[in-house]
Amino acid sequence: MLEVSDLSISFNQYISGLKQQELNVISSLDVSLNKGEILAVVGASGSGKSLLAHAILGILPSNANMSGSIKYQGEQLTKKRQAKLRGKEIALIPQSVNFLDPLMHVGKQVEASVNRGNPENIRKEIFARLHLDEEVNKMYPHQLSGGMARRVLLATAIASDAELIIADEPTPGLDPTVIEEALKSFRELADNGHTVMFITHDIESALTIADKIAVFYAGTTVEVASTKDFSGKGETLRHPYSKALWRALPQNDFTPIAGSQPYPDELSTGCLYAPRCELSTAECFKIQPVMRELREGMVRCIHAT
Amino acid sequence: MQLEARNISFRYDKGPWIFKEFNLTLKPGEIVGLTGISGRGKTTLCRILAGLENPLEGEVLIDGQPIPKKGYHPVQLVFQHPEKAVNPRWRMNKVLNEGGEVDQELSSLLGIEEQWLTRWPNELSGGELQRFCVLRALGPKTHFLIADEMTTMLDAVTQAQIWHAVLEVAKKRNMGLLIVSHHPKLIERLCDRVVEL
Repeated sequence: MLEVSDLSISFNQYISGLKQQELNVISSLDVSLNKGEILAVVGASGSGKSLLAHAILGILPSNANMSGSIKYQGEQLTKKRQAKLRGKEIALIPQSVNFLDPLMHVGKQVEASVNRGNPENIRKEIFARLHLDEEVNKMYPHQLSGGMARRVLLATAIASDAELIIADEPTPGLDPTVIEEALKSFRELADNGHTVMFITHDIESALTIADKIAVFYAGTTVEVASTKDFSGKGETLRHPYSKALWRALPQNDFTPIAGSQPYPDELSTGCLYAPRCELSTAECFKIQPVMRELREGMVRCIHAT
Repeated sequence: MQLEARNISFRYDKGPWIFKEFNLTLKPGEIVGLTGISGRGKTTLCRILAGLENPLEGEVLIDGQPIPKKGYHPVQLVFQHPEKAVNPRWRMNKVLNEGGEVDQELSSLLGIEEQWLTRWPNELSGGELQRFCVLRALGPKTHFLIADEMTTMLDAVTQAQIWHAVLEVAKKRNMGLLIVSHHPKLIERLCDRVVEL
């Protein structure tokens, strides 16, 4: 359905006066999605999760350079094709509630996204499912609470009936019951043949619905694992960062690891996780490991077994 | 030092009462969780306790006395969205010094790197910015910290890193913490007791 291979994205940035520098924010990223599947993308903030979403939709800012390939249904996603498919076959649930039109009733915005069927009926049905009162229909975005605005964004994507839905952090700030409802609607969409990319830092939510999980670190994929690998002490996980992420959850050990993710302007040529890794050796600092298959998953680490 | 909300009530304009005659006591060294569905006024309550908003009825007291209007406020608040809590036109060192004296030991506990200080807020990720907001709020005269969904937007590793630093300082200074979160597992891990709003 969707195949992203060797994707790199960099930004041209002015540092002083007319002096520019190139920032590599995503490097050699691979990820793929089959029809009817939910892929969760988890990782640290600033690891390039949202940028991947924007790259697929073709809405990166103009100072971004992209290389590598993104294929949708076997065909290269060109700018022209992206513009044609956006909102029809590929829909985005954006991270920021600022993406709503501030001057339009939210109900109208949801109805405008409907591609097939009676807009009003579809909107009503989705509102009911997401626990949005009928009076919300005639409200403007500023009148909504944070959680309601998020549900409206979710409603627009569901209304579009798109083949591929890319959800960028759709759950923070929602009550557990609403989260459950939102997750359930993603699972339903997938079970009806839609494909969902679920970008989140909430591993717990991801685990309840996803088929597989891609772990991001510093702009690249470090592991693709099946959901069941996230269990126990994380013994079956492949990459040291995935293990650390799993162990840091409050319901697990709650143990942090020292240091922080490297900056795009200070990336080393070696493994990007090496400075924080307990397994790292001299070799790790020399060249970036390639993604390889391991135990029915993928990992970017020379020491992983 | 003890923080006390006594019979406080609040509503916006002529809207319905968000809470009425609410009572809460926070002792030094105590870690209390605050939960409740969204729209119940958790954030409003936090703002009142930190002196950003006045209750319509009732009062907020420290050791039985009203909190002085001038000087450093002993109750500090950290918000959910750090990018909204820093001046976008200030570099991070200026943002940080806004809160007065900076605890260097805490700075390294939080994993704040020297070179971040000269960056602009939009050059840092949410997790990095939030570390600054926590450090800024934990000046030497802070006796109570209110964390309003402080790590909701952060990944698990960064969340654990920040909380370990905060718990260590709280223990050392015998500070009281009020933690607002939708995440039952986090509340369970951190708090001595839980209050439902």
